[in-house]
Amino acid sequence: MTTALVVLSVIMAIIVGWLWRRTVNVAPWTAQRAGDAAPGNGELQMPSVQVGLVVFMTVATSLFALLISAYYMRMVETDWTNFALPRVLWINSGVLVLASAAMHMTRTAARHGNLDATRTGLIASGAFSFAFLGGQVWAWQQLRASGELAPANPAYAFFILLTAVHGLHLIGGMWVLVRATYRAMRGVDPKRVRLSVELCTLYWHYLLLVWAALFFVLLNTHR
Amino acid sequence: MTYVTHDESAFVPPVEVDEPELYHAKTWIGKYVWSQDAKVIAVQYSLTAIFVGLVALVLSGLMRLQLGFPHTFQFINPSSYLQFVTMHGMIMVIYLLTALFLGGFGNYLIPLMVGARDMVFPYVNMVSYWVYLFAVLLLLASFFVPGGPTGAGWTLYPPQAILSGTPGANWGIILMLVSLAFFIIGFTMGGLNYVVTVLQGRTRGMTLMRLPLTVWGIFMATVLALLAFPALFVSAIMMTLDHLLGTSFFMPALVSQGKGLEHSGGSPVLFQHLFWFFGHPEVYIVALPAFGIVSDLISINARRNIFGYRMMVWAILAIGGLSFIVWAHHMYVSGMNPYFGFFFATTTLIIAVPTALKVYNWVLTLWRGDIHLTVPMLFAIGFVFTFVNGGLTGLFLGNVPVDLPLSDTMFVVAHFHMVMAVSPILVVFGAIYHWYPKVTGRMLNDTMGRWHFWITFVGTYCIYYPMHYLGILGVPRRYYAIEGTDFIPQSAHSVNVGITVAALIVAAVQILFLYNLVWSYFRGKPSGGNPWRATTLEWQTPETPPKHGNFGPTLPAVYRWAYDYSVPGAAEDFIPQNQPPAKAAPITPAARARA
Repeated sequence: MTTALVVLSVIMAIIVGWLWRRTVNVAPWTAQRAGDAAPGNGELQMPSVQVGLVVFMTVATSLFALLISAYYMRMVETDWTNFALPRVLWINSGVLVLASAAMHMTRTAARHGNLDATRTGLIASGAFSFAFLGGQVWAWQQLRASGELAPANPAYAFFILLTAVHGLHLIGGMWVLVRATYRAMRGVDPKRVRLSVELCTLYWHYLLLVWAALFFVLLNTHR
Repeated sequence: MTYVTHDESAFVPPVEVDEPELYHAKTWIGKYVWSQDAKVIAVQYSLTAIFVGLVALVLSGLMRLQLGFPHTFQFINPSSYLQFVTMHGMIMVIYLLTALFLGGFGNYLIPLMVGARDMVFPYVNMVSYWVYLFAVLLLLASFFVPGGPTGAGWTLYPPQAILSGTPGANWGIILMLVSLAFFIIGFTMGGLNYVVTVLQGRTRGMTLMRLPLTVWGIFMATVLALLAFPALFVSAIMMTLDHLLGTSFFMPALVSQGKGLEHSGGSPVLFQHLFWFFGHPEVYIVALPAFGIVSDLISINARRNIFGYRMMVWAILAIGGLSFIVWAHHMYVSGMNPYFGFFFATTTLIIAVPTALKVYNWVLTLWRGDIHLTVPMLFAIGFVFTFVNGGLTGLFLGNVPVDLPLSDTMFVVAHFHMVMAVSPILVVFGAIYHWYPKVTGRMLNDTMGRWHFWITFVGTYCIYYPMHYLGILGVPRRYYAIEGTDFIPQSAHSVNVGITVAALIVAAVQILFLYNLVWSYFRGKPSGGNPWRATTLEWQTPETPPKHGNFGPTLPAVYRWAYDYSVPGAAEDFIPQNQPPAKAAPITPAARARA
């Protein structure tokens, strides 16, 4: 549970520290002008949806940290068998980096109001993401075909579980991405497209980071 | 330390800010069934939670009947007894208390108290309730499937939870795990709303340090729940896979009923870690909203500002932070490294410090206050008693050498029922008596309320006080029957009869409470907008009950904290948060002196 303990401690330290700084130097019992206090549009100078996404990513971080903790705790039992990771995972990782990079360029384009480049970027990023998901399924099949270990083996089960949970998070993001692409294609309301692009970019970078952590753990524990 | 001071005399009119567009339903179904109004969702959450809580209350009554009068009731056999234990525990902790405090009170109070029109994501909020309802229905469905609900105990420890021989090992446990997964998904949707609304939805002038402590408690509890529930989610998914697909996340190699199972090498202790990584913060998920609400009830009814507001906020933060590093004190008997035990015993004792600080502050708020013993105040003071009692036995159980002999005895049952069952429930009652007038526009009947309080409060002590002694004698928990054991004297059986009688009386008086809820809805005294003469924004709405959008055409601007009671020189003994300084009495020197 060390991983979960460290990650959750860091998260809680950030949250508590942030709130502490906002509350330490205030004398709440003094009446003041409303104009001096918090602006009406929120504590954080970003859209509420974005705050919601950050909160969600924190929840997901907790989920992945717990899964990794469970992985390490289960690894030490005697029935654990290391196996050769499917090579295709390297390609998949590259494809996910490309998806993330495409998303980043899309955001730059959206910020400059370049609708054509935004559309292209969204489609490219979506295609790379689909390719990544396909590649992950392929990796599952390679592993099964290699016949190296029984499906009931915990190493196998954990590999499927970790990649599946990560994949499901990506699929959730794809739903927003597809909707943003649809909006961009129809050319409606560039402001809303831009917000969706901002959210997707943040989320894609985050999922890349999560995948990097998972891949790192897998590489360190398998051949 | 320097304080930020401001020019207090100038009145600034509320400035127009962009307001969220609300979805105004046109049909009855849109308003009251598929509603996106947080207040309606709050009522939906509350009614569902209270209903399912009543089911759990009946189950506890059946358990007590068996313990008090063994061999009398033919329909309670060892299997069904374990099923009652399991379902009672899980329903009360998750489906009643968590859902009611966060889904019920959170939804109703957060937007109103921070001065928002609604939650930030109303649609997600609506879906949250329906997913919760689905989870409840799944759970209740397990009473009707072959084999009945699971009897694994609310902790659901593997391997026994999914082995044949445990009641409900086929259908019951799967429905329980899937229901929990759905509950967590639904809660996450709601939790996103509560956190983001507190951060982003506050009205002008409502700084973090002007939030009522109720909002602070609910906010921090939501943060804990969002981070802790994934642990339960992960364990539920992995156990489902172990059961359905034959994986071995938690299932060790074992022989069951003469047959070797396919599982091998799984770690039951891993499940315990994951479960309690969620389970301990869960205690504070339930306790923090209760702390917040009690602070407000005591302050309002003592007509004094809460003593040490900032300390109260920081104590909430400290408890939240510490609650993640104490979980293994539930696992002292799992054979852990003694140094771990030492670590977790230490952190457990440290978390008692901010908790005790809050208790002192409640008592100091009462000190020389103008105490009004209203029904909500009775429940709030009752909470302080039961919470201190339950907390003190927690100090026993937090220490490894004391915990080992007491583990899995009735002492533990008495401890956690005092500290996290009865205490939060007393707050729930107090809060319902307090906010019912805002929800319905009518007061709850006072006489019925007082009967309800005294019988519940005294009955609680009749139930749980003797239970501690049973635990010290070594009477184990979760046992269907304890006859034929030499170390348990006959007097223990007599005590059990007494406990059962008290429990049935307390359960029966809850009917009076339900009757009061219904009766007062039609016949209660009209309450007016602010019957408790309170300062917080929910009592300043133009209509009672508030309409969708809460505050009429313009949102209120906030000029002061929530605790301006009995301010020297003020015309009344409370100053609403949205009353500008220019219109209030000059409070500068007195307020400064209090600093």
